[in-house]
Amino acid sequence: MHMADALLSPAVGATFWAGALGTIAYCSKKLKESMDEKMIPLMGVLGAFIFAAQMINFTIPATGSSGHLGGGMILAVILGPYAAFIVMASVLTVQSLFFADGGLLALGCNIWNLGVYPCFIAYPLIYKPLVRAGSSPKRITIAALISGIVSLQLGAFSVVIETMFSGRSELPFSTFLLLMQPIHLGIGIVEGFVTAGVINFIRSARPEILESTASARPLAADIPLRKVLIGLLIVAVLTGGTLSWFASANPDGLEWSIEKTFGKPELPEQEHGIMPALKKIQENTAFLPDYGFRKPEAKGEGPETEKKEEAWPKVEAGTSLSGVVGSLIVIGMVLLIGFSIRAMRKRPNPQ
Amino acid sequence: MFDTEFFNLGYLDRLSYQDTFIHRIDPRIKLLSSLIFIAAVVSFPKYEVTGLLPFFLFPVIFLTLGDIPLMFILKKVLIVSPFALFIGIFNPLLDNRPAHDLLGFTVSLGWLSFASIMLKFALTISTALLLIATTSFPGICFAMQKLRIPKAFVGQLLFLYRYIFVLAEEAMKIVRARDMRSFGRRGKGIKHFVPLIGVLFMRTVDRAERVYHAMLARSFRGKLYSTKAYALTMADMLFIFVSICLILLFRVINLTALIGSWTTG
Repeated sequence: MHMADALLSPAVGATFWAGALGTIAYCSKKLKESMDEKMIPLMGVLGAFIFAAQMINFTIPATGSSGHLGGGMILAVILGPYAAFIVMASVLTVQSLFFADGGLLALGCNIWNLGVYPCFIAYPLIYKPLVRAGSSPKRITIAALISGIVSLQLGAFSVVIETMFSGRSELPFSTFLLLMQPIHLGIGIVEGFVTAGVINFIRSARPEILESTASARPLAADIPLRKVLIGLLIVAVLTGGTLSWFASANPDGLEWSIEKTFGKPELPEQEHGIMPALKKIQENTAFLPDYGFRKPEAKGEGPETEKKEEAWPKVEAGTSLSGVVGSLIVIGMVLLIGFSIRAMRKRPNPQ
Repeated sequence: MFDTEFFNLGYLDRLSYQDTFIHRIDPRIKLLSSLIFIAAVVSFPKYEVTGLLPFFLFPVIFLTLGDIPLMFILKKVLIVSPFALFIGIFNPLLDNRPAHDLLGFTVSLGWLSFASIMLKFALTISTALLLIATTSFPGICFAMQKLRIPKAFVGQLLFLYRYIFVLAEEAMKIVRARDMRSFGRRGKGIKHFVPLIGVLFMRTVDRAERVYHAMLARSFRGKLYSTKAYALTMADMLFIFVSICLILLFRVINLTALIGSWTTG
């Protein structure tokens, strides 16, 4: 499932962007060091293959709904983890731009959720130890099945974590978890079977393809597992460390960065000019001062906690009305600007 | 449905080769300002609704100045990933503390946060679509390369993009052939899906082989080059300056509340 921009806070989005970019840089470096140049067209065309394969739906047994391939595991098996990760990331990038799957900020999360787990957890830790060159189709199926389940469970878990840390959804952690994990158990099983089926099919029809891609890909024999694990651990600690500020509920990303730049949570106010005047008007009238709701006076400065939300202020009809009126005016203005630009552009070129 | 998906891909691509003011702006500038825009929109706290409205000015300007058909973008935003809706709809169910009183109806906090999620959804998704519709994909790749994204990845994106159309067409043939030979749901299960994908895969690898030979014949030495050069102009600088100023203004001052309070006294 694709994470969406609207559910993310900038801090979480940026953290996962950093994780995804770091992994892309690491994989690019690895590929540069030891890649057959034949891999460049192969990776490109296989990316397009995943795209095309995702367009072909199939019915999922027992449910009657239709599903499509994820593809991360197939890529990892054929190309090895580094190239597979780059291909997967490129597929997700194109999807986020052309199909708006998720969005640009969520792209980092999506690359992480759908790329890192199959390529750097499921493949090296599960699939690779289980499958040897001469393994039976049954063994491949079992390995692919477990890998598919594990990577999708981890991916779904990440979606839950990302949503929770962003704090845009009201869903309690446990409910959300109970919602996501079972669905993705099903998806993982399907993905595992399809992966296994495709790999077995290729192995029986054209075994030389697998062999030739295996010889072309970098570090086919030994993946420095320890390095990968240490890298992941570092990223995890960094992410955890970064996220824990934001888990502490209050400063949202922008406020936090402003706080860091100016030493206080608001932009430095200008002494003269229109700003103070506007500010004053806003403070007196806005029903959303400080980008939030009016705080109860009593708890003026103490750290914001859950209590703040509980001590919810009385409903004020007057300010609500002004909000609605303001909204209508703003929407009207935006539309007016749009229409006038259109009208103005239509006139000069009569055709 | 499949055909339209493919059609959309090609349509967006065609839109991006128009020549308007928005299309002429440097891809780096557009990518950067889109990212700043999205970050600003997403940074609004959970219950913010009114503060988000002025931001719709940006997609409107892109749509009109960039000559992008409104209905096309609207449709894509509406049908695209229901995930935000699916997760967001729990908010009104779980959080029913009263927030505002509108003409006798009490609006709960949950509805506010839901509206906030949906507004953010509309803004961020339309920004991504409008970015690609006004900037060609190779342009975006160029911008990414300039922004220090690793070359291997950018090259991969360019390659992928070049072959999507070819392989999508092949996939379309496969789907048509299967549709003609299957009846209702019969024949569309995993059992027949796997060999289809397998065959597509084998054809793909063969194609990669041919592509590789063709590249070698054209003196490929392991590096990809791009030809089109971009230069930043005054208009580009002005564009990013104005957009950043507007984004900051909209982010820091809630214009909607301001206007509302002025008009209602």
